[in-house]
Amino acid sequence: MPNIPSAVGPILSLRNVGKVFGGTVTALDDMSLDVHDGDFVSLLGPSGCGKSTALRLIAGLMRPTAGRIVWSDTGRTSTGGQDLGVVFQEPTLMPWATVEDNIWLPMRLAKISKSAVRKEIDEILDVVGLSGFENAYPRELSGGMKMRVSIARAMVTHPKLILMDEPFAALDEITRFKLNNDLLEMKARIGCTVIFVTHSVFESVFLSNRVVVMAARPGRVVQELHIDEPYPRREEFRTSPEYAAHCRAASDALHAAIMNTSAEAA
Amino acid sequence: MAVISSDERTRHLSPSDDAHVVDLEERALARRQRLDKLGTWLLPLIMIALGLIIWDVIVKVNEIPHYILPGPGRVWATLTADWRLMLDALSITLAITGMALLAAVIGGAGLAILFKLLRVIEMSLYPYAVILQVTPIVAIAPLIFIYVEERLIGLLICAWLVAFFPVLSNTTLGLNSVDHNLRDLFKIYRASRWQRLIHLELPSALPYFLGGLRIAGGLALIGAVVAEYVAGTGGIGSGLAFTILEAGYRLNIPRMFAALILIAATGIVIYALSSFVSWLLLHKWHESAVKREQ
Ligand SMILES: Nc1ncnc2c1ncn2[C@@H]1O[C@H](COP(=O)(O)OP(=O)(O)OP(=O)(O)O)[C@@H](O)[C@H]1O
Ligand SMILES: [Mg+2]
Repeated sequence: MPNIPSAVGPILSLRNVGKVFGGTVTALDDMSLDVHDGDFVSLLGPSGCGKSTALRLIAGLMRPTAGRIVWSDTGRTSTGGQDLGVVFQEPTLMPWATVEDNIWLPMRLAKISKSAVRKEIDEILDVVGLSGFENAYPRELSGGMKMRVSIARAMVTHPKLILMDEPFAALDEITRFKLNNDLLEMKARIGCTVIFVTHSVFESVFLSNRVVVMAARPGRVVQELHIDEPYPRREEFRTSPEYAAHCRAASDALHAAIMNTSAEAA
Repeated sequence: MAVISSDERTRHLSPSDDAHVVDLEERALARRQRLDKLGTWLLPLIMIALGLIIWDVIVKVNEIPHYILPGPGRVWATLTADWRLMLDALSITLAITGMALLAAVIGGAGLAILFKLLRVIEMSLYPYAVILQVTPIVAIAPLIFIYVEERLIGLLICAWLVAFFPVLSNTTLGLNSVDHNLRDLFKIYRASRWQRLIHLELPSALPYFLGGLRIAGGLALIGAVVAEYVAGTGGIGSGLAFTILEAGYRLNIPRMFAALILIAATGIVIYALSSFVSWLLLHKWHESAVKREQ
């Protein structure tokens, strides 16, 4: 298969990707998705529809049982190291390390000394709004602050792509809204591409330019919505009629996906 | 009218009143905390002093002869009168316990790391570790003293055998309880096996290892004492356990008590030391060592 030229083409393509566990559980079936530079793609769907599976496949933590994942600039089939950032549902920090040592981790594992990346660490702390906390330990931080550290760690290497698996699901709504706003700002400052898994219609519409709606059993893509609203999006966007209209559309698509699932399961 | 005005007055007063109440509450809390702190040190001391007094009174009132139950004063006198002998015995027991503990830490943690790196070794050696653990040390000790010429080495081996398993099993547990998301993260960042061990598995295992260390400290002392009982004969290098044994043959009860007290004190010191090491290494980040305001 010929490589798509990287300048205009997607940075990442999932081509008919499938994942079957143990020969019986189809976690993901025939998923195709092109992710373009600067995209904010949300995967929205009910529990068990294969969102995490898709992310793990993209992160190279598992191999697909069908189809291919192509990184189009090189045509290679996996990425990692400095090109990829990941944020999990839990902050997943090392409790024995300070904030700055947690953020240093990706570079440390690439054998880069802390003094050599001092500037990058300070800069990213500023981006996530945690300047002054570099020497704090994770247990001294609130849930929202821990999540900011986790995001800083994912962004500090200025990766091409950041994968986020329900990063704000465990936070209260006030903190979540604040982090939603801040995440868009951080993304703009870093200039990365994001694939974001969520259960929340409102979150996905607020953040993304594309919402991929998925259904379960078997996990699959049922619809893709384009949220063609300009960035930067600020708090006012949440109360705009456009936002409400997009939310209704996404909500309808999600409901259709859920009905679809339960009808098949019954 | 009167009602309203009094109501108004209370409302008027309430902010400063509240501040006053908060102040009082805070002061009461601070006082309680101070008492708490004092109590944790003072109460045990008072209770021990009380125990000694009761012991003394019982011995004096019932006129119990010292060859049956010596009073605390007599035990202290024996301890100071025989201090040379006691000190020698104590230093032997301390040396064996300390070296056995050191060997247990190195052997237990080292083996746990080796097990983690090479599953084949774990599968082949774990049965032996378990067999050595479940067999009572008194049952193995006589054999050890037959095969090992050097008495001190024999004692050391016995104490080590008892102490090493908790370190091994706790460290193994710790090495295996790494957060799976962190493990994935290390994989994504292409960490080498060595990096994963140093930066992820060893720090994760540290609290577990320190728990094992605390248990092993006590067990090393028990192992040293029990082994000496089994070894029996004295001579050079007789520790506190042999002192008790010998004093028992001679019905020198005060000396038995004196040695017993030294053994107990040794145990307490070992426990305090290992707790302190634990605190030193964990207090910055681990929940078990974090002091919370209530
Ligand atoms: N390692 C695994 N082994 C077997 N089955 C698995 C495994 N991982 C996931 N599955 C199954 O695959 C399906 C999809 O799982 P996945 O975790 O991707 O869902 P999800 O969309 O992330 O759900 P949630 O929103 O609850 O996180 C589920 O039915 C799940 O049981
Ligand atoms: Mg999931």
